[in-house]
Amino acid sequence: MRDSFMEDKTDKVKVDAKIEGRTGEIDFNTLKSGGLIKQRQKDMFTVRLRCPGGRVPLSNLEKIVTVARKYAGDYVHLSFRQSIELPYVDYRNFKAIYNELAENNQKVASCGPRVRVPTACSGCEYNPNGLADTQKMVRLVDEKYFGRDMPHKFKISFSGCPIDCARTSENDLGFQGAVNPEWDEETCIGCRICSKACREGAIESDAQTGKPIYYPEKCLYCADCIRACPTDSWRENIKGWVVRVGGRHGRHPITGHKIAEFVSDEDVPIFIDTITKWYEENGKKYGRTRLGVILQIPEEWNSFIETLRKTLKDKIIEFPKPPSKNEIHS
Amino acid sequence: MTEEKIDGSLNLRGVACPINFVKTKLKLETLSEGQVLELIIDDGEPMQNVPRSIKEEGHRITKVEKLSDNSFRLLIMKGGGKGAG
Repeated sequence: MRDSFMEDKTDKVKVDAKIEGRTGEIDFNTLKSGGLIKQRQKDMFTVRLRCPGGRVPLSNLEKIVTVARKYAGDYVHLSFRQSIELPYVDYRNFKAIYNELAENNQKVASCGPRVRVPTACSGCEYNPNGLADTQKMVRLVDEKYFGRDMPHKFKISFSGCPIDCARTSENDLGFQGAVNPEWDEETCIGCRICSKACREGAIESDAQTGKPIYYPEKCLYCADCIRACPTDSWRENIKGWVVRVGGRHGRHPITGHKIAEFVSDEDVPIFIDTITKWYEENGKKYGRTRLGVILQIPEEWNSFIETLRKTLKDKIIEFPKPPSKNEIHS
Repeated sequence: MTEEKIDGSLNLRGVACPINFVKTKLKLETLSEGQVLELIIDDGEPMQNVPRSIKEEGHRITKVEKLSDNSFRLLIMKGGGKGAG
């Protein structure tokens, strides 16, 4: 079907705002890289805003509404990566929009082959299930890595607990909060509450004493036992991030699997540095190819894990699994 | 068996979540700090959720007994926990 309103993607438009370091005649692909997405309608673009972790301060939200009323359509769209998008923006208004949003330090997002805006759940600050501070990490990643050039798009997400709302296995790199519990026999009153609280069958109660029998291989590290234990006999032993690598969605989704667990906040940037560096050095020869596709090639997977082990030593689990295809069209 | 001091009692057999917890909470409000509520709840979802919520409210579960009909009897000391989150 040919849409008479569709413009040729190689067309250029004259823009007086600086986008991707360029101004003047800019082609549609460069505009897209700058978070400006061509619509079907002539001269119309969708402006994708940068909302790391899906958190938008009210003052920014007010500013966004003011800008949208002036220059965009009568609604906003929430993107699948938690960002606010303003549809129906005439390219002649880019500069005004950039400037007015900048008054509240609200930035425009980015598309294309680079580190994207990181996503996250609400985290442990106020979510009762949250085990780790996803919003804190998102701010760090957004400041330090956003927009960095990569062989293809590179998506990072943070989930605060094993429910994994931020879908860490579907991102190029995902971090999920986890707590390894430990049990203190001395203070335990054998009440059986932990075995009821555990939804994974990782804790059974001894028929006589009521004291727990723990099966670590079934444990998801969700800390339900710790939260439920009336005597605090279940305690936090070690807390940190489960790291999953190589996931993606799209036409050919890939599931990323665990390569490390109980990684500290301080080690998160080391993981990101090491992984993005490997991808930059080893991904380019494949052209525009996602990390998870490359990691399915056995020799690349071995090189990848070897590189990680050099820096991160035994923080990498003993038998990490490469990403696997998730066939949805067959 | 040691003698138990009980200041209030609530039988929540057959009462589902989250009504069972709401009723427990309201009952606990009628007691003063340090007093003990005897609570009977069903196995399954109630046992999975109610004890955790009681703890999060800052009360202390001092005893849990399995009853012959598969329900559970809990003794809860008002405000005996480490404080609500």
